[in-house]
Amino acid sequence: MQINSSTLTHTVQNQTAIGSTSKADAKLGIFCAAFLGVALIWGVGFSHINVFHNAAHDTRHSNAFPCH
Amino acid sequence: MDTFRRLLITAVLAGVIAGVFVTVVHQIATIPVILKAEVFEKAAETAPAVGNSATADGSAMSTTEHDHATGEAHEHDEGGWEPSDGLQRNAFTAAADILTGIGFALLLAAAYAARGTEMDWRKGLFWGLAGFAVFTLAPSLGLPPEVPGTEAAPLMQRQVWWVATVALTGGGLALIFLTRQILWSVLGVAMIVLPHAYGAPQPVEHHSAAPEALAHSFIVAATMTSLLFWVALGILTGFFFKRQFKAA
Repeated sequence: MQINSSTLTHTVQNQTAIGSTSKADAKLGIFCAAFLGVALIWGVGFSHINVFHNAAHDTRHSNAFPCH
Repeated sequence: MDTFRRLLITAVLAGVIAGVFVTVVHQIATIPVILKAEVFEKAAETAPAVGNSATADGSAMSTTEHDHATGEAHEHDEGGWEPSDGLQRNAFTAAADILTGIGFALLLAAAYAARGTEMDWRKGLFWGLAGFAVFTLAPSLGLPPEVPGTEAAPLMQRQVWWVATVALTGGGLALIFLTRQILWSVLGVAMIVLPHAYGAPQPVEHHSAAPEALAHSFIVAATMTSLLFWVALGILTGFFFKRQFKAA
């Protein structure tokens, strides 16, 4: 985990890493990625829909998601 | 949506590779234990039914009442489509493993982008270890990995506790590692302790159809496969994130 970055590095990195795209695009992208991630994990690991549960049964047990 | 596209590519590449990897590891380590436990589960399901129809004595009655009171261990057998054993079941497990990989990779990649610091495979590894602590270690302390046929508290209560524990542990670790003030760190530790002080939902009585040794070996297998998964996912997301965002 990166913990020693200064504010300067942070800013520079934002400019180079996120590139020429706007801050709004970055924020929206981060939000959409996180939302899609949660939705996927929810569907595979937590959905009460029986078919989802049965299909992902062994994955749920192996990942120690609350099951049954 | 350029950022989203890059995050998605990062997550799909990392998630698919880590998902395929953990599918192989699951086949070796956890699936054989699950299949063994299901033999005991099925035997336990048929045994009380025979007992109840044959006799109506006190012990049989109490078993029936108990099953109705908790009833969570057998929910999945109440019908609905399920993959047939063998190739079909393993194919769905592989698909679920890969989707889980992509889902967690999306969260990691989103966290890297939100943090805004430079990433590489090694920094990704540390984020992966944090993911292991947040999504496996912390919830497992209260709700250990369970083989099929284990009596447990109602599903909804366990899911709520699991989500709360993950959120508090993740938030707590973020406060400890990503801020520099003692007060925030102390609050972070408190957040990590809180769900365990409150306590995970427990069943009325602990009972498992599978022998204790099998249940124990499953805890070890599930925890270790999860560690391997998170190490792989952290390294891969760090690596692909760097490649996706350095070209920008």
